[in-house]
Amino acid sequence: MPIPEVADGFTGSVTRLALGTGPDEGGTRTSTVVVGGSQNVVYGGAPADAGERPVIAMDVLDVRPADWPDVLLGPFDRVADDPADWAKMCVEDCGADLVCLKFDGVHPDKADKDAEHAVRVTEAVLNAVGVPLVLWGSGNDDKDNQVMPKVSGAAKGERCLIGTVTEDNYKSLTAIALADDHCLITEAPLDINIAKQVNILVSDMGFPLERIVTFQSTGGLGYGIEYAYSIQERQRLAALGGDKMMAMPAICDVGYESWRCKEAKLDEAPGWGPTENRGPMWEAATAVCLLQAGVDIIRMRHPKAVATVKAFIDELWNGSSEA
Amino acid sequence: MILIGERINGMFKNVKEAIANKDAKVIQELAIKQTEAGAAYLDVNVGTAAADQEGAMQWLVETIQEACSTPLSLDSQKPAVIAAGLKVINAKNGVVLNSTPLNKKSDEEVFDKYVEMAEAAGPKASIIALTMDKNGVPQDVDTRVAIAADIVSRAMERGFDTQRLFIDTIVLPVKVPDAQAQPGNILAAMDQIRYLSDPPPHLTIGLSNLSQGATERSLINRIFLTMAISHGLDSAIVDVLDQPLMNAVATAEMLMNKQIYSDSFLKVYASATAD
Repeated sequence: MPIPEVADGFTGSVTRLALGTGPDEGGTRTSTVVVGGSQNVVYGGAPADAGERPVIAMDVLDVRPADWPDVLLGPFDRVADDPADWAKMCVEDCGADLVCLKFDGVHPDKADKDAEHAVRVTEAVLNAVGVPLVLWGSGNDDKDNQVMPKVSGAAKGERCLIGTVTEDNYKSLTAIALADDHCLITEAPLDINIAKQVNILVSDMGFPLERIVTFQSTGGLGYGIEYAYSIQERQRLAALGGDKMMAMPAICDVGYESWRCKEAKLDEAPGWGPTENRGPMWEAATAVCLLQAGVDIIRMRHPKAVATVKAFIDELWNGSSEA
Repeated sequence: MILIGERINGMFKNVKEAIANKDAKVIQELAIKQTEAGAAYLDVNVGTAAADQEGAMQWLVETIQEACSTPLSLDSQKPAVIAAGLKVINAKNGVVLNSTPLNKKSDEEVFDKYVEMAEAAGPKASIIALTMDKNGVPQDVDTRVAIAADIVSRAMERGFDTQRLFIDTIVLPVKVPDAQAQPGNILAAMDQIRYLSDPPPHLTIGLSNLSQGATERSLINRIFLTMAISHGLDSAIVDVLDQPLMNAVATAEMLMNKQIYSDSFLKVYASATAD
């Protein structure tokens, strides 16, 4: 891949996209979030070309997590049975820009909860916090096709980010997100050709490209992060080159992927240091790496990791705007 | 790939008649159709028949811009005709001044005139310069490259950004006796011209001339176009309404890693790249 000259201007840019609607636009959000808009390579070129700052979406699960390690569940133990309280804690104590409501509980292999449950949780979280929401399905196509349209309807007019749609399963959620005026996450399995194809398929249904965020899939540090990194890089270069089908802002799932890594959570590991620090560090390092690849929205979990990454964004961004 | 739509040219009978009768509809339809097909610029050439070439150029520019905002490529080797077009143009989205030789027997400074007009037309104005000088069109590789080198250095001396410069290596009809060496010579010249500056000048050709008078015109055009793309061609004046040609461009660009592959790569090419 040729290395671009950062002093150059580019013909294209990353789409700018707004999440959340306040009362003046028919929603109930007290804050909104704008992402994207970069006109250059990541942290290259003039500060004015950098676009919007990246944001953090903190994960809130619809049911108490069954498989989180103690060091991760600990900070949320008191709120883990109540998604509304959990969301409040993310926003008020951790400063989350967005709440990502992840419907693990509706997965047939997990709690197999129904659509009514998902709608109830969505409404409760919408009432509890004022930030825009990310609404993320369980990953089971059949179940998500039953549940997510109802979730979308429950949040109609709030301009949420809803997903995910894939090459093999995009029609029903795309149609409902279009009708309910949400933004949409298109997912691909670390495959840029499929990523582009999903965007084309969704846009063929009349869904505006300006309301799409891409999810290329994420690899945790030590577990394929370089694939995610290079795809994000290629996506950005395609956007700058004027490829409208690749010009969307990007989201990645750092929380889930980093806490799957054994290095983040293994207790019996002499010489690796205590998990209280190691896990959050693993998550923060994964996030910081992907920020430098040009990701716009980062899903995260541990409060300590969130604090570290927020400080990193502040430092980079304030440094950048003063340069 | 910067594609310049060739159809608004007085050499075509329907355009010639439209100019003579001031029939705006014919011109505007061609402008819109070519834009929809993926033309980044629309070439505007009054042809040789119009008695008042400057007036015809102005009428064409105004007529097209009533119908669409696609930037134009004002095509004439007479600076006065280009200047007439520039008087009435809206060059906000860019304009190409097409085309000037390095020099002419009758006008040693013709290239500088085009540069001056482009500078006056704003930062998005570009020039197409032909590898041709007062001695005519060269047949060999070396003279083509030498003329291109003179063009690039002259532009640089004047502080004219080489990214606003297109070098047209002039395609001749392959059917002309003894002309069959020309396509190969052009590719060899392109290989050298793209290293004349950094960033390099754009490389363009007026493609359809290649198949003038030949059978299998569309096939000849698209095969040579893909060959030239593999030698660094990044622009061409073409019939964007020729769908197999456009598919060939999309495929060549994808194979050269200029566009990310997707299963629908043919379908999205024009819409994803045209601005």
